[in-house]
Amino acid sequence: MSAVQVTGASKIFNQGTPKQVDALIDVNLTVEPGEFVSLIGPSGCGKSTLLRLIANLLEPTTGSVMVNGKSASQSRLDQDYGMAFQQAGLFDWRTVAKNIELPLELKGWDKDKRAARAREMLELVKLPEFAEMYPWQLSGGMQQRIAIARALAAHPPLLLMDEPFGALDEMTREYMQGELLRICAETSTTVVFVTHSIPEAVYLSNRVVVMSPRPGRITDLINVNLGAKRTEDTRAAADFFTGITAVREALRGTHADHANAGAVRGVEDR
Amino acid sequence: MNPASRIRRILPPLVFGVAFLLLWEGVVKGFDLKPYFLAAPSKIFEQFFKNFVRIWEATSVSGTNALVGLIAGTVFGVVMSFALSRYRFLGELVTPLAIALNAIPIFVLVAVLNNMYSITSEIPRRIMVSLVVYFIVLVNVAKGLTQVQSTHVELMKSYAASDFAILRKVRVPNAVPYLFTALKIAAPVSVITAFVSEYFGGAQNGLGSRITSNIANSKNAAAWAYVLGACLLGLTFYAVSIVLESAASRGGVASKTNNNK
Amino acid sequence: MNRFARRAAYRTSMFVLSIVLVVALWEMYKVVGPQDGGKLFGAGVLPRSNDTAMPHVWTMLSRYGRPEVRGSDKRVWVVVLAGAWFSFRLAIVGFLLGSSIGVGLSVVMSRFRIVERGLLPYLVVSQTVPLIALAPLVALWGGKLHIFGFEWPRWFSAAVLGAFLSFFPIAVGTLRGLASAPAAAVELMESYAASWKQILLKLRFPSAIPYMVPAFKLGASGSVVGVVVAEISTGLKGGIGRLIIEYAREATADPAKVFTAVFGAAALGLTMAGVIAISDVYLMRNRPKETTS
Repeated sequence: MSAVQVTGASKIFNQGTPKQVDALIDVNLTVEPGEFVSLIGPSGCGKSTLLRLIANLLEPTTGSVMVNGKSASQSRLDQDYGMAFQQAGLFDWRTVAKNIELPLELKGWDKDKRAARAREMLELVKLPEFAEMYPWQLSGGMQQRIAIARALAAHPPLLLMDEPFGALDEMTREYMQGELLRICAETSTTVVFVTHSIPEAVYLSNRVVVMSPRPGRITDLINVNLGAKRTEDTRAAADFFTGITAVREALRGTHADHANAGAVRGVEDR
Repeated sequence: MNPASRIRRILPPLVFGVAFLLLWEGVVKGFDLKPYFLAAPSKIFEQFFKNFVRIWEATSVSGTNALVGLIAGTVFGVVMSFALSRYRFLGELVTPLAIALNAIPIFVLVAVLNNMYSITSEIPRRIMVSLVVYFIVLVNVAKGLTQVQSTHVELMKSYAASDFAILRKVRVPNAVPYLFTALKIAAPVSVITAFVSEYFGGAQNGLGSRITSNIANSKNAAAWAYVLGACLLGLTFYAVSIVLESAASRGGVASKTNNNK
Repeated sequence: MNRFARRAAYRTSMFVLSIVLVVALWEMYKVVGPQDGGKLFGAGVLPRSNDTAMPHVWTMLSRYGRPEVRGSDKRVWVVVLAGAWFSFRLAIVGFLLGSSIGVGLSVVMSRFRIVERGLLPYLVVSQTVPLIALAPLVALWGGKLHIFGFEWPRWFSAAVLGAFLSFFPIAVGTLRGLASAPAAAVELMESYAASWKQILLKLRFPSAIPYMVPAFKLGASGSVVGVVVAEISTGLKGGIGRLIIEYAREATADPAKVFTAVFGAAALGLTMAGVIAISDVYLMRNRPKETTS
């Protein structure tokens, strides 16, 4: 059973009106359990829209989305996935620990189990001493780690991430990438990761899904052969640069495509 | 705004308003409520048109008080705000006082003012309104004169501009939107203050006195008609302040809010 | 002394200094101003400066210590304090009533956009209209109205007026606050399959607190105004408003007495503001501190 199965999915906004936007057309994607898959593409290619279809925050206009063998809406109700955004989105009025407990509270977990799970997640992201502090007292990178801890608090099999490291500086970003891989290895989580950064996509993923806009669609699937264990040295490896080049060329191919098609309407990046 | 969304904007409040009036009328007629409790809207409108001249007279008296106080308070407030922007210490002195005065029902001072003037004078009410307006205008305009972008002041200083030139060319234009914010608050407040001041005795020609005298004579529907007159007066003042503001801004920044949160 | 205490002390001393200046101006006018009032540019704007119209500040303060009426054994300060306490309780009732209805209505408006679109314009406009004009009319309901066995006591009208005046700013502020939750946070809650009620309680209300706090301040002072005006227009026995009116009538014979009641009303307003300020500090206790200008 695949972790994510998207079949023939489209998302069209304002269908039939002059303001129609073809955010996604005929998308097919399968993600196996334990895989790390990145979605990359220029603005308007529909990568965030695709992520939100998987998250059941949007309904597909046609086609189907199955997560963990169930419909996307059932998966959302069953809390089969956790989500992290570019803005960490922690609640300022809750302590760090209480922020992590939020999804568990909504599911009705009892107090002690919640607290224990929050402690466990803080250990996982290596920030146990910050449990009683408030988010605004933490740096951007630390807030993102807490957001990841929150996303994984209910131990979902799937993690959906929408450019979570986009607002961080380069050094923190590289550190966070390493941490994310470690955490996902420890928890055996499947990840679908949206990004703008080619090196980030290649470093993190088993497969990179290249998308292009107008209409939003998948144009390429690139396998990354960097092996299971990625370290800081991987960033200097020859295979890393090969992977980057492959992705860049795939993107350029799409770039040339729509540059020739001529500019028309903008596509929402969702 | 295209016609469709304009309708969308106006329709719900219109429907709610009409429904409310109908419900009011229905409840009064249906439960046969005594006039001392609630008067029916139809009776109120009837009384409004019947007494229109007298309502108009009372409104002019209260309205004049409000207007005189509004103008006087604005003038004094603006003048004083210049002093406050020049001598920061004055600001430190005035601000806590203004904050405290915000919290108290300041119009009770009318009781004191009435004693200081002749019994038929409208001056106490006008002074009361001026006082209230003065503080509103003072606080806002002073803020506008002092809270200018530091880059603008630095630029002027690099031109070796005098303090007076900085005042004229940077501070005053910056303060204009704040003045209109103050006026938008002060205009309805001036009507309310002029109105409430009449409850403390003294000359009995204004709206407040008329309402109480009508109630004393058990003419409740007429009293409601005077209330309607007071509401219209307040709305007019507010509308005028908005018109003045848009006339002054001419497409620029309309007004700066004092409290965003 | 830590920074907070130092700033508070500074502000208080500035406040005291400004009061001293006002007192000084008062006394100075008594020295230089015309005893029987006068004209400035033809208008009779100068008040009378004699001791009957403008008693010395010392006379006002000492009036508190003397009996209220000749022959009575109740001192003025006792009477004024009792009146202020009476009105304070009414203002609290009015505030609680007004804020519960205001918050409740804003939740309804947040849930049903059509209600918001229909009612919000009226709420906004009502803050420009002298609703206080209804005071004498509402006061009439006292003692004559029976709803489901609840007899409407006379004092309740004053509380209702207070509630009426505090309700509007609280409803508007709370609605704005509820709507201020960032879209990303709402999406997050949706990804947790949270119900509308859960989103309201765990996200929207906490986000609304910074908006509700200034709205409560306005509501509190509105409640005081409503109660005092109601007392004045109806002569409600026991309240500070009635004391002001009574003492004002005796002002020619006993000029300092009215000031005692006026100061009492001021103290009432300040106390109410103080109570709200304390809850303000409590509600915002864990929030990042905004830089104050």
